[in-house]
Amino acid sequence: MAKERIVHISNLAKSFGNKKVIEGVSLTLFAGENLVVLGKSGTGKSVIMKCIVGLLEPDRGSVNVFGQEVTEADEDQMAAIRSRIGYLFQEGALYDSMTILENMLFPAKRNPETRKLPEKELTDLAEMNLENDGLAEAIDKMPAELSGGMKKRAGLARTLMLSPELIIYDEPTTGLDPFTSESISRLIMKVKERYDTSSIIITHDIECASITGDRITVLHEGKLVAEGTIPELKEHPDENVRLFFTKHAMP
Amino acid sequence: MDRKPLITKDVERFLTDIAGITQFTGLYFKNLFKRRFEGKEFVNQCFRTGYQSILLISVTALILGLVLTIQTRPILADLGAEAWLPNMVFISVVTEMGPVIFALLFAGKVGSGIGAELSSMRVTDQIDAMEVSATYPFNYLVVTRVSATTLMLPLLVFYGDFLAFLGSFLGLKAYSDISFQLFFTRAFSDFFFRDIFPATIKTIFFGFFVGVISSYMGYFSDKGTEGVGKSANSAVVASSLVIFLLDLIAVQITDIII
Repeated sequence: MAKERIVHISNLAKSFGNKKVIEGVSLTLFAGENLVVLGKSGTGKSVIMKCIVGLLEPDRGSVNVFGQEVTEADEDQMAAIRSRIGYLFQEGALYDSMTILENMLFPAKRNPETRKLPEKELTDLAEMNLENDGLAEAIDKMPAELSGGMKKRAGLARTLMLSPELIIYDEPTTGLDPFTSESISRLIMKVKERYDTSSIIITHDIECASITGDRITVLHEGKLVAEGTIPELKEHPDENVRLFFTKHAMP
Repeated sequence: MDRKPLITKDVERFLTDIAGITQFTGLYFKNLFKRRFEGKEFVNQCFRTGYQSILLISVTALILGLVLTIQTRPILADLGAEAWLPNMVFISVVTEMGPVIFALLFAGKVGSGIGAELSSMRVTDQIDAMEVSATYPFNYLVVTRVSATTLMLPLLVFYGDFLAFLGSFLGLKAYSDISFQLFFTRAFSDFFFRDIFPATIKTIFFGFFVGVISSYMGYFSDKGTEGVGKSANSAVVASSLVIFLLDLIAVQITDIII
């Protein structure tokens, strides 16, 4: 039986002014899969992800998420799609005027499915998610009091409050030391097993890609140039692809 | 030979901002009536924009009343019209000076705060994070702030007018033994509802546009720390210009109607 498609992008193009950032990108994410999009900084990885969640409108091409065309969705349809997606931003994007607990409760109190739940139940859920991410002691802290790694963990815990079916990780290990990077990569795998999510991980960190990726696709100058496992990509005929693996992590 | 473009970048930016602010105003009303109202955040914003501006308005209003009285009293005394001083101060503060001066202070303090806060939320992806979790950031961030500034500025202006009136009394008291009751009676001797009504209406508009313009500048800020500074700055400059423009329009309308 064919696997269910969670995300299907075809022939996507996006420019900013005269600069073409994405040119004819096509990719598919299947249910239960971790897809890594590997590429140097500035190659348009985040732009593709922002097109998936409707933060950016593509110039051309189709973006289909959960069987629905994002480019044609109205505001309410887009909200319904987004409530099934979790997005972990590069720096965690925690709301800095709120405590970690308030950050956790913010989306849950506004989601049509969870906002009717009693406050106590939501607080218990927030505590459980934070505990699973090793952040139980940070519950009453402000985001400014957390380290970079803790912010990303808290961002992930907040994302999990709405039990997303798809999680997009935007450079989850950027700016972290090797130990914290590895622990974040392991956490991504733990989340996949525990919550049965499908994920897209955009990164330029080979270590993170090798731990988290079921399938890896390489983006170069706005185009997807290769796809496969790490051993396959190391032997790829395109030098730009092989270069990723000869340098430990691209800038 | 290179031709100069008909519309320079600055003009283009200006026209884009005007169109953007118009669209933003429409979005405010659409979201105000369509989406769930964020009551708790609205109260929080009323506290931040209103209560936290009280000290600034108090000091300025007292000084305004004092200075106005101290400067005007000798001139009126020379003309033998000193008895008109309370009324003159009160009418000039309530109808013109109070609304404009307090609105400009409000734009400086609250407008720059809104511009900088929303802009830094944009830069650090917090607004995008709200957007992708389907929580309608416009509703939470903009509708609450604009509603709060629209409500709080008229209240602050009322409060400031009263303190300016008190300052004027203290200024006059230093030179004469006038009682507060007499001062009050003289202040209201030639004062009508038509004096206060247009002034109140225009402060509602001032508050609304300080909120809309500052939120717009922050919400659509350029990325980077430079964007935060620019947004705060543009919020104050554009709000101040709009306050003067609205004041001019209000004066013309009042002149025609009354």
